[in-house]
Amino acid sequence: MTTSFQQPTARGYYGEYGGAFVPEMLYPNVEELRTQYLEILADPAYQAELQLLLRDYVGRPTPLFEARRLSEKYGTRVFLKREDLCHTGAHKINNTVGQILLAKRLGKQRIIAETGAGQHGVATATVCALMGLPCVVYMGATDIERQAPNVARMRLLGAEVRRVTSGSQTLKDATNEAIRDWIANPVDTHYIIGSVVGPHPYPDLVARLQAVISEEMRAQLLEKTGSELPAFVVACVGGGSNAAGAFYHFLDEPAVRLVAVEAAGHGIYSGHSAATSVLGKPGIIHGSRTLLMQDEHGQITEPYSLSAGLDYPGIGPLHAHLGAVGRAEFMSITDDEALAAVSELSRLEGIIPALETAHALAALGQLGAGPDDVVVVNLSGRGDKDLETYLKNMDKLI
Amino acid sequence: MNRITHAFRSKKNLLNTYFTAGYPSLHDTIPLAKALVESGADILEIGMPFSDPLADGPVIQGSSTVALANGMNLPVLFEQLQNLRTAVPDAPVLLMGYLNPVLQFGVEAFLKRAAEVGVDGLILPDLPLDEYEETYHALFQQHGLKAVFLITPQTSEARIRRLDALSDAFLYLVSGPGTTGGTTRPDADAQQQYFERVADLNLKNPRLIGFGIANKAGFDRACQYADGAIIGSALIQALQEVDDAPAAAARFVRGIKS
Ligand SMILES: Cc1ncc(COP(=O)(O)O)c(C=O)c1O
Repeated sequence: MTTSFQQPTARGYYGEYGGAFVPEMLYPNVEELRTQYLEILADPAYQAELQLLLRDYVGRPTPLFEARRLSEKYGTRVFLKREDLCHTGAHKINNTVGQILLAKRLGKQRIIAETGAGQHGVATATVCALMGLPCVVYMGATDIERQAPNVARMRLLGAEVRRVTSGSQTLKDATNEAIRDWIANPVDTHYIIGSVVGPHPYPDLVARLQAVISEEMRAQLLEKTGSELPAFVVACVGGGSNAAGAFYHFLDEPAVRLVAVEAAGHGIYSGHSAATSVLGKPGIIHGSRTLLMQDEHGQITEPYSLSAGLDYPGIGPLHAHLGAVGRAEFMSITDDEALAAVSELSRLEGIIPALETAHALAALGQLGAGPDDVVVVNLSGRGDKDLETYLKNMDKLI
Repeated sequence: MNRITHAFRSKKNLLNTYFTAGYPSLHDTIPLAKALVESGADILEIGMPFSDPLADGPVIQGSSTVALANGMNLPVLFEQLQNLRTAVPDAPVLLMGYLNPVLQFGVEAFLKRAAEVGVDGLILPDLPLDEYEETYHALFQQHGLKAVFLITPQTSEARIRRLDALSDAFLYLVSGPGTTGGTTRPDADAQQQYFERVADLNLKNPRLIGFGIANKAGFDRACQYADGAIIGSALIQALQEVDDAPAAAARFVRGIKS
C-alpha cells in the first residue's frame, strides 16, 4: 500500500480535510507543537514513561471481552474493548496521559481543556493532579447541569471548572473558550484538546495517543479468535477520538469494515441532531477544515444529542476523509435507540455503558454481520456519569 | 494611488474603527460608516459577523450574535454596501471576518463582490499564511484587494518580514496576548519593547496597533509607536443601548480625535 490512512500530510491534511486555520495569535503555540510532537513521541524516554503510566496508572491493556449473550441476541460474535475500565472510566485518559507528558517536555506550567460529557475534563484534571500542574477546564453551562457528577470529580481533583455561557453552552462553545484562553496565555499554557479535532497537529497527535486501543485489539483478537482482523470495528463519534483509536491499526486493512456511529438526537432530519456526516458540509471549525453542521451562510449551527459527548457540530478531519473515500461507514442512532442499548447491555452483560458508547452498541442490529463474523465494539466509557439522565428516562430504559 | 496607501501618505495618527455589520440593528451598517468617517475616522473595518469568532472577546462576540439574529449575512451585507461609496467616497474600507462564511459564499464570488462595492482590503485572521501565499494572493491582486495581516508579541522576526513582504496595506499589531477587547492587561514595559522592536525592523508597510485600545489616552499612546490605532470593542460598547447609533459613534470618534 502506497499511502496510509494513518498519516496526514506535512500540513495536516487527510485528503481535503484538516490543516491549521488559526489566527496569528495561535500560530506560535500550534507551530511549537507541530515542530516538536513527533520527535517527543518517538523519544524512548518519553515512551518508557508513557507505557509505565498506561500500565500502572490507567490500567492497560484493557480487556477484550467476548459478550456471549449479546452475541446470541445479534447472531454474530461480539467482543467489547473495555475502555470503560480505564482509570476515570473512559478512553479519554489515554490521550491526557500522553499530552501531559508532552506538555512537561515543552516546559508548560499550566493546562487548559474543554469538556462536553466531562470525561475529558476529568481525565485532564486527573493527570494534572498526578503531575502537580494547575488545570482549568471549560465546560458549557448545559453540560455542567447534565453531567454534574463529573463537575464534582474535576473540582475534587483540584481543577477549576469554568462555566461557558456563549452559544449553545455545550462542547463547541467550551472549545471556543479554551482556544481563547490559549490565545491569552500563549507561553506557559498547554491546551489538552480532547478529541481528534482542532488544528494540525492535534488530530494526528490525539489519534496516535488513542491508537493503543487498536494495537491491543489486534493482539487480543489473535489470541481469542486466531486472527488479528475482525470483520467489523464499531465506535461512536463525537469528535472521533475513541473511533480513531479503535480504527487506527485497521485503517490500512481493507478487509475490516470500520463503522462510525453518530448521534441522531431526535432523528437525523428532526432539527435536533448531531449527525454531522449527513447534515454537514465542508467548512472550518476550531482551526480544521472538516465536515461541519452549518447554515447556508457558513454560520455554525447548534447540534443536539442527549449525550453531552456527542453533540459536536463537526467531526475530526480523519473521519471526514474516511467517509469521503468510503473507508468508513457512518450510521446514526437516536437518543431513544441509545437508551434502549443502555438497558440491553446492562441486562445482558452486566455492564452499564456511557450514553455516548450506547450509540455504538445500538448499531449492532444494523450491521448485517453474519454468525461467523467477529464484531468489536469499542466500549468507550462507563455509565456512572449518566445515571441521572438514565433515572430521568427510566420509561425508555425498561 | 489606492485609498489605503493614499490615507497613510497624506495623514498621521490614523484612527481605524471596527464595527460589526448589522449591529445594533440590521440597517445601521451604512449610516454608521458615514457617521464614523464624517466625525474623523480615517479607516473603516467592517466586521462580517460569525457564529464562532475565536479571536474575539465578549463584546464582539455579543455584537456578532445580535447582528446574526438581526438577519445579517454576506448577501445582505453586499446589498447594503452597494451604497458604500456614495456614503463614504474616500476612506479606505476593509472587511474583517472569519474564513468559513467566505468559503460558503465562494471565495472568487466574495472577492468580486467586495471589489465591486468599493472595498479596499480584507482581514481574514484564520486564513493560513501558506494558503494565502499559494492561492489567495494572486486572487486578491486580480481583484485589486489588499490583505492585512496580524502580528503578535510572539511573532518571530522572520515571520514578520514574510508578512510584510506579502502585504501592501498595513500591518495590524495585536497589542498583547488575548482576544479583542483586551481584558488581560499586558505588562507595559514588555508591550513598549515589542512595539519598539517592530518599529525598528524598518518594515515597508505602515503599522496600526489594535486590541484593547479603548479611549483617547490609549489611542495617543499607540500613535507614539505606530502610524495609528484600531478601536473596536470600545466603539461597540458605545453603541450598546443607544437610540441613535450613528450619533453615538460620531460622539465616540470625536472623543478620541479631539
Ligand atoms: C465515553 C465517551 N465516549 C465517546 C465520547 C466522544 O468523544 P470521541 O468521539 O472523541 O471519542 C465521549 C466524550 O466525552 C465519552 O465520554
